Amino acid sequence: MATVKRKQLDRRWLFLFLFVGVALPLIFVIGLPIETSENARMVYDLVETTPPGSKVILSFDYDPGSKPELHPMATAVMKHCFDRDIKVIVTALWPMGVQMAEEIFSDIHDEYPNVKYGRDYVNLGFKAGGIVTIQSMGKQFREVFPEDMNGTSIDELPIMDGMKNFDNLSFVCSFSAGDPGIKQWVQVTHDKFNRPVTGGVTGVSAPAILPYVNAQQQLIGLLAGLKAAAEYELLSKSPGTATSGMDAQSIAHLIIIIFIVIGNINFWRDKKAEKRGE
Amino acid sequence: MTHFFSVLGIWLGALFTFAIFSFLYKDNPFYKIAEQIFVGLSAGYWFVYTIFFILMPNLFNPLLQDFAVNWIKLIPAVLGILMLLRLIPSIDWVSRFPIALVIGTTSGIFFLRYLKSDVINQLTATIMNPFQGADWVTVVGQILLIIGTLTGVIYFYFSKKHEGAFGVTAKIGIYFLMVSFGAAFGYTAMARISLLIGRLQFLLGDWLGIINP
Repeated sequence: MATVKRKQLDRRWLFLFLFVGVALPLIFVIGLPIETSENARMVYDLVETTPPGSKVILSFDYDPGSKPELHPMATAVMKHCFDRDIKVIVTALWPMGVQMAEEIFSDIHDEYPNVKYGRDYVNLGFKAGGIVTIQSMGKQFREVFPEDMNGTSIDELPIMDGMKNFDNLSFVCSFSAGDPGIKQWVQVTHDKFNRPVTGGVTGVSAPAILPYVNAQQQLIGLLAGLKAAAEYELLSKSPGTATSGMDAQSIAHLIIIIFIVIGNINFWRDKKAEKRGE
Repeated sequence: MTHFFSVLGIWLGALFTFAIFSFLYKDNPFYKIAEQIFVGLSAGYWFVYTIFFILMPNLFNPLLQDFAVNWIKLIPAVLGILMLLRLIPSIDWVSRFPIALVIGTTSGIFFLRYLKSDVINQLTATIMNPFQGADWVTVVGQILLIIGTLTGVIYFYFSKKHEGAFGVTAKIGIYFLMVSFGAAFGYTAMARISLLIGRLQFLLGDWLGIINP
């Protein structure tokens, strides 16, 4: 039986369509609606219900490779913490996470002139070791981080007063691009020390992390990818790069769906022609 | 001067972005140059970072500041050096000792943590009364969670032939797996498009100034 194969579209056309399809909505904003999901709302509610003056850890477990997805949500959560007068302690399980946090702090610092380094915010820097480091933090925080990223002793930083272990924290929020990251925070901070954990992940790792949002509350909500970052910006009423990228994301998905449908129709027609023996 | 380097950085970023994107048309020297510069820079960056941000604060500085208190740090240092002996073929067997220690310790820690987090807690989360819920969407979701977990696990039971009622259950498990693969593909597509959006926001905003970055 003869095999019928329709001429395949050069995939470079698809790349071009996607490039234009993403670029145009960034220039000419459509303003497609954004629906908020339960997972994003849970993260928002956790921050919203944390009493002012509480201490939280924001762990920056990513590098510039995941910046487009994780930076907007990290920015939104940090701004929300400052809005609520929550003390932010920054740590990083990835070396470049330190710079990611510093970039956000310097970008938003003008909006929060009352936020003072050392009193309301501190960057403790990177620590190698992943899960072992988190376990040690849970027992003796001060031994793991005796000084901040600038080499200042934490005894000289008011924000670190009384900070001994995870009992002194309201929650941990990890922005995670892989391993070590949010999975290790869940395994240790929640499952060993019974403290709330939340966070955000890249779209690629979301299916592996979402099962932790369960009846056991191993994770309290999860921001999965750029869409969830846009949802958080919407909830906290501070639109940023995630919100402005949502039109482009929707149009790109539409293009992908159209091409999948066209590909399947062609495949079906090939099969039919093959049966007829054309 | 700071402004000059800032502008230079943006231009270099834009040119390297185009060099990498040019691979989508076809392989070319611009792509190769950009790729090799990236690899070289990354290796150099990691080398310097390891020395200044891992070895110095965790090993060299504590030993120099107070050797009597921190001498115990010599043990991991020696183990690290032993690991490097792998590069000398005649005595590469010595490196097996530190590797064995790392594997043994990691297995011990991970076994406990994974057993608690990924087995016991995940199983406990599916042991529930599925008909207790705020609305019908939650109830349906909980029923699907239990059916999906059971049928999915049954699909991976290979000691009995998949036929009859057992085969039908396994087949239902496959459908649940297919849905999860579809969700994973969707998330991956979203993640890749997000990266393209990030680059275009840089090109159109930081570089060309057409949009507000």
